[in-house]
Amino acid sequence: MTVTTNRPADTGDPAVGGAGSRVGDSRRLRGAVLGVTGLAMLMLVVELLPHTGVVHEQYLPPTSRILAVLVDQLGSVEFWVAVGETLRAWAIGLAIAVVAGVLVGMVIGLVPALRALTASTIEFLRPIPSVALIPLAVLLYGTELRSTLLLVVYASFWQVLVQVLYGVQDVDPVAADTARSYRLGVWGRVRYVVWPTALPYVMTGVRLAASVALVLAITAQLVIGSPGLGALIARAQASNAIPLLYALVVVAGVLGVVINLVARAAERRVLAWHISVRREVPR
Amino acid sequence: MLEVRGLKKVYEGRQRRVEAIRNLTFTVDAGDLVCLVGPSGCGKTTLLKCIAGLLAPTAGAVWFGGRPVTGPPEGMAVVFQEYGRSLFPWLTVRANVELPLRRRRKLRRAERARLVEEALAAVGLADVHHAYPWQLSGGMQQRVAIARAIAYQPQVLLMDEPFAAVDAQTRAELEDLIRDLWRRLGVTVLFVTHDIDEAVYLGQRVIILSASPTVVAEQVTVDLPAQRDQLHTRALPRFAELRGHVYEQIQLAKRGTRVPAVTG
Amino acid sequence: MRGVLRRAGLALGLPIALLAVWWISTEDSQNFYLPPLRTILRAFVETWTLDRLRADVAPSLARLAAGYALAGIVGVTLGLLIGSFRWIRALLEPVLEFFRAIPPPVLVPIIMLFAGIDHTMKIVVIAVGAIWPILLNTVEGVRSVDEVLVDTSRAFRLGPVARLRYLIVPAASPQIVTGLRQALSISIILMVISEMFASSNGLGFTIIEFQRSYAIPEMWSGILLLGLIGFLLSVLFRVVENRVLAWYHGLRRAQRSS
Repeated sequence: MTVTTNRPADTGDPAVGGAGSRVGDSRRLRGAVLGVTGLAMLMLVVELLPHTGVVHEQYLPPTSRILAVLVDQLGSVEFWVAVGETLRAWAIGLAIAVVAGVLVGMVIGLVPALRALTASTIEFLRPIPSVALIPLAVLLYGTELRSTLLLVVYASFWQVLVQVLYGVQDVDPVAADTARSYRLGVWGRVRYVVWPTALPYVMTGVRLAASVALVLAITAQLVIGSPGLGALIARAQASNAIPLLYALVVVAGVLGVVINLVARAAERRVLAWHISVRREVPR
Repeated sequence: MLEVRGLKKVYEGRQRRVEAIRNLTFTVDAGDLVCLVGPSGCGKTTLLKCIAGLLAPTAGAVWFGGRPVTGPPEGMAVVFQEYGRSLFPWLTVRANVELPLRRRRKLRRAERARLVEEALAAVGLADVHHAYPWQLSGGMQQRVAIARAIAYQPQVLLMDEPFAAVDAQTRAELEDLIRDLWRRLGVTVLFVTHDIDEAVYLGQRVIILSASPTVVAEQVTVDLPAQRDQLHTRALPRFAELRGHVYEQIQLAKRGTRVPAVTG
Repeated sequence: MRGVLRRAGLALGLPIALLAVWWISTEDSQNFYLPPLRTILRAFVETWTLDRLRADVAPSLARLAAGYALAGIVGVTLGLLIGSFRWIRALLEPVLEFFRAIPPPVLVPIIMLFAGIDHTMKIVVIAVGAIWPILLNTVEGVRSVDEVLVDTSRAFRLGPVARLRYLIVPAASPQIVTGLRQALSISIILMVISEMFASSNGLGFTIIEFQRSYAIPEMWSGILLLGLIGFLLSVLFRVVENRVLAWYHGLRRAQRSS
C-alpha cells in the first residue's frame, strides 16, 4: 500500500476551465450544499434588513412575514384558482406556439424559396415586443383568457420558429443526399433525416418558449387584468398588501424555476441518445 | 538543466485512486533533444504537465535550472497537441505569437515585433501574420504554436505529442522543422510522442516509459548521425534496429508488470 | 446589379405583399378596432411629429439606454467575478436562477415601492430586470473557457490582468453577447410596461393613453412605431455583434465546413 502525501490534484486557478470530466460525487454534493446555503443566506438577509431598520418594513417585509402570508395563501382557494388559470394560459399558449412554430418552421425550412422569401418578414416581426400588442388585446378580448393567449402565443411562437429554422438548416448535406439517393421522398426525408437533426433545436425552442410563455402570461395578467397570478399581484399592489405582493412574486419565481427545470429535464430525456454537436446552448 | 526525481502522481477519482505515475527519474542536459515514448495511457501528458508546472506531483519533484518547479517556471515553453484549442481564436497569428511576450516589460514594441517576425519566418509562415488561426490548416496552426513557443526564447521546449493530430506528410515536415530549430537555436527539447519512428528519428536519446503506473523502462541512446533526413536516415539499418528495440521494449512494457490501480 | 435587385426583391417581396393584403382587406373596414391601413398610416404621420418624438419617444429611449447600459456593466462585472471562483458560483447560482425566473414585469410594482414613479424608477426597473440573463450568461461563459487555453495561459505565465483581458473576456464574449441580446428584449418590454403602469410621458404611456381615449388609429400607429423601434434596435445589435464577434462567426463557419 503506497503512502501518498496529500497534495491537491491541480494547482492554479480554482475555477476557471471546465472540470466536468473530473467532477466527483463529493464535488457535486459540495455544490448542492453551497447552493442551499446561498438560498438560506438570501432568506436571512431579507429577514434581517427590515428588522434592523436598514430598509423600511413597508418596502421589504421580513422573510418570516412573507413566508407566513405564503403559507396562508396556500390554503386559499382563490390563490390556487389563480395559479391554475396561469398554468392553463401557459399550457394552451405554449402548445399552440409549439405546434405552429414547428409546422411553419418545417415548411419554411424545407423549401429554400420560402425561406429566402420570408427571411426579412421574420426578422422584422420577431423583435416586435409582445407588450406592444397589449392595447390591442385589451380592445379585442378585454380581460378574458384570450387576451393572455394573444401575448403568450405571439412571443413563444418566435422562439420555437427560430430554433426550428436553425435545426432544419443544420441538416448534414451528406445525410440528405443519402436519403435522396434511397428515394425516400419528402416525408421519408423529414422523418429520417430532418426531424432527428432538428429535434435538439426543437427542444431548445420549447424550453425557451416555456419560460417566455410564463413571463408573458403573468405579464398579461398583471397589466391587462385577465385572471391569474398576475392579476392577484396587481391587486396586492393596488391595495398596498405588501407582504402578499412579495409572497406572490416568490410564487411566480418558483413557478418559473420549476418550469425551467422540467423543461430542461424533458430536453435531456428526449435527447438522451442524441449527440448534440452544438456548443452554445442559449439560456 | 532539467531533472525529474522520483516523480509520482496519483489521481483521486470518484471511488478509486489511480496511480498514473509511480516513480520517474531522469535527466535532460542543456541542449539535448530527448524523446519520451510509451504505450497509450502511460501518463505521458501527466508527466509533461508536471514538468511544465501545470500540475502538482503527489510526490517527488522536478528541478529546472537548479530550482524546484512549483508553478510554470520562466524559460519554459509548451507546445500542446491540440493546436486548434491552444491558439486564441480571437487573435491573429501575429497577436498569438506576440501574446506571451507582452508580459516582459523589458521588451519594447519594436523588439517584440522583431522576435515575432523572426519566429514566424523560422517556421516558414512569413506571410500569414494577419490571418486568424482557424483560417489556417492544421499543420500551419501547429507551426504558429511552435513559433509562439520559440519567440518566447525559452531554455526548454516541451512538446506534448504535437504532431499526433496532423497528417503524415505534414508531420514529416514538422519533424524536420523541429530538428532544424533545435540545432539553430540551441534550445533544449523534451518531446513526448507515441510514434516510435518519430521518437527515434528526432531524438538523441529515447526514454521509454512503462505502462501505468509508470516508471522509466529504459533509456536508449540514438547513435544515428547528427545530420538526419526523412529519406536516408529512415532507411539506415541502425534506424531499423533502434526502432525495433524500442518497439520491443514498449510491447514488453504493455504486457509486463502491470500493477492494478490502487483501490479504496 | 441583378444580384442586388434579386436580393432586394426577396427581402421586400413578402412584406410588401402582406402590407398590400392588409391595405386592401381593411380598406372599407367599418370595424372600430381595425381601421383601414390608410387611416393608420395617416395617423402615424400626423401623430409622430418631430416634437412628439422628442417629447415622448426620446425620453423612453434614453431610459432604455441607461437601464440597459447599467445592467450590462454591472452584469458583466459581477458575472466575471462570480464565474471565476467555483465556490462563489455554486453558492449564488440557485439564488440567481431564482431571480432570473421572476417575470421581469412583476418587479415593477416592487421597485415602485422603493423608487416611486419617476425617472429613476424606470431606469432601475429596466436594469434590475435585464441584468439576469447578462449575469448568468457571463458566469456560464467564464465557466466554459477551454481548458487547453487556460493551460496555455498558465504555461506562458500570463498575469491575472492579461488573462482577464486576452483570455477570459474574449472567450466568454459569445455567451455574454447572447445574454445581452436577451437583455435587450427584456429591456424594451420593461421600458414599455413601466410606462404603462405609472408615467407621465413616454412611448408606452402614450400608447395606453390612446387606447384609453379610444383613439384607435393613433393607438395602432403607436404599436407600429414600437415595432419599428424594436426592429431597428435588433438590427443595430446585430451590426455591433457582427463586428465584435467576427472572429467567432468565422471560427464556427470554419468548424462547420470541416
